[in-house]
Amino acid sequence: MATQNTYSWRRDKDGLGVWEHRGKVAVAGYGHSPVDRRWDGVSMDKTLGAYSILACQKAMDDAGVTADQIDGVICCDSHIAGASGGSASQWAPRPYFDPPYDSEWGLTLVNAEWLIKQMHLTNVKFAPTKVPTISEMVGMAAQAVGDGLCTTCLMIYPTGNLEGRYRRGGENADDYARGARQWTVPWGNHGGNDFINIFPHNQYCLRYGGTHDDLAPFVINQHRNGLLTPWGYNASHGVPQLTVEDYVTSRYVLNPLRIWDCDRPVQASAAYLFTTAERARDMRQPPIYVLNHAQHSFRQRTTQPDLDEIEEWTDRAARRMFEGAGLGPQDVDIFNPYDGYSIMSQFFLEAFQWHGVKRGEALAFYAGDIRVEGPHPFCSSGGNLGNGRTRTAMYTDSIEQLRGTAGARQVKVRAETALAAFTTPSNGGWIMFGKHPS
Amino acid sequence: MPKVIPVPDAVSKPFWDAVNEKRLILQHCAACHRLQYPPQQTCQFCRSADQLAWKEVKGRGHIATYIVIEDGRLNRRMPDQPYNLALITLDEDPTINFYSNLPGTPPYKVPVGAAVEVTFEEVAPGQLIHEWRVIN
Repeated sequence: MATQNTYSWRRDKDGLGVWEHRGKVAVAGYGHSPVDRRWDGVSMDKTLGAYSILACQKAMDDAGVTADQIDGVICCDSHIAGASGGSASQWAPRPYFDPPYDSEWGLTLVNAEWLIKQMHLTNVKFAPTKVPTISEMVGMAAQAVGDGLCTTCLMIYPTGNLEGRYRRGGENADDYARGARQWTVPWGNHGGNDFINIFPHNQYCLRYGGTHDDLAPFVINQHRNGLLTPWGYNASHGVPQLTVEDYVTSRYVLNPLRIWDCDRPVQASAAYLFTTAERARDMRQPPIYVLNHAQHSFRQRTTQPDLDEIEEWTDRAARRMFEGAGLGPQDVDIFNPYDGYSIMSQFFLEAFQWHGVKRGEALAFYAGDIRVEGPHPFCSSGGNLGNGRTRTAMYTDSIEQLRGTAGARQVKVRAETALAAFTTPSNGGWIMFGKHPS
Repeated sequence: MPKVIPVPDAVSKPFWDAVNEKRLILQHCAACHRLQYPPQQTCQFCRSADQLAWKEVKGRGHIATYIVIEDGRLNRRMPDQPYNLALITLDEDPTINFYSNLPGTPPYKVPVGAAVEVTFEEVAPGQLIHEWRVIN
């Protein structure tokens, strides 16, 4: 079954106060598929659909729940392999396969309806359509459970990747620029978070001092943390540790943005099981409580967001999160902001003032000890840069750190609260986890 | 330099018509007295819909920062790589910015902070775009 998504669940305004379900919703399980560079077009056990089913089964096993107990399925139906255009956008016109791979569903697209059918989830009563990316989807799942729309909810985020250069087709192959693209594309901006953040990043270096290469310690530490994450792409494919020399001599994409400032598109899926705090206490794993979720969608005032706007937006997002969680910067133990492009992470670090880092201090912070063993284990997940473009490492690591099961990545500092996000400064959301409900 | 060709829509047509006449016009809100670019159906600041009018601006600005596109995704621009992409702030309202490839300025040789003036470049027969050139 699929239900039309008219549900108002977002916490995307200033001044909403403490979240009404704070500590009453929990994550009780998670599961990851293997992370491949691309689907090979042959292995039917490695399709996006197969990997999503596998991730769901792992999440259910982790929590100790069975398929008949699942009454909510939330799955983002827009993926890397989807509307982004180009040879990687869809499987067609190549011939399809036997069911259930006789259309794009299961190959380049996955949604709740497809998963419910393949997994025989017969008791689902909440399966919204038009679901946003994991950035906001975690908030949707938490709110739905808190509001009682479902009690045992699988939230799935598939990220597909087929052959071909990333986003080199579709609109980017067009000689004409329509709609909002008429204001950017004629001059060479293909659109994306690389462009959104590279100009403010340059302004950041001018305003506060520093150079682009001062990001090297952060990028290299992300790769190090990734190699400590067994399920991630780097660790599971024997990718060697990135060095400073590798980084500073790597090729430019949007100079000064280098190839190693960008994440690696992959084929993977992950699932998380959200439930009520009360039910989670009887499940297999210790509950990881949701202390707040918050979203934002800030409108840029002109062609290109500048540093002032980026700082204002991230400050507002931080205030919303802290207000809803009833916590402050000093209360956050684990901090896993988005790093899909390395150039945006400093904006989040400074806005949330994690470990006291103020505006203009991030590059100096990166030069200190940010290893997981050290006093400032920034981005202990390794993020997208260290694990591939799954956009899920930040959430999984936060859960593992609070459970105390992060293995070689387990931080030595206190790990009772965690902030995680796949978000850009302008759009997305944050979620705060707690080892304790309050 | 074969640039991608803008396709005017109902809101942007007056702007592009002016550009094709080598004039730079922006929306001005008579209610809150602010300029707006890119054009929209309503004022982004006060939401007025019937107070927006077109106003010609002098077309002077400064280079805030820049990047060099070495491996972009736009098919039509690939032969141009590497090329500058500068962020230009408008002198009459520095919160408004534009992109520019800075014609006449070699890649990587961008004088950040320098003054620029608007110029116009034909990207298709009869279709100009606004560009910016460093004032020597």
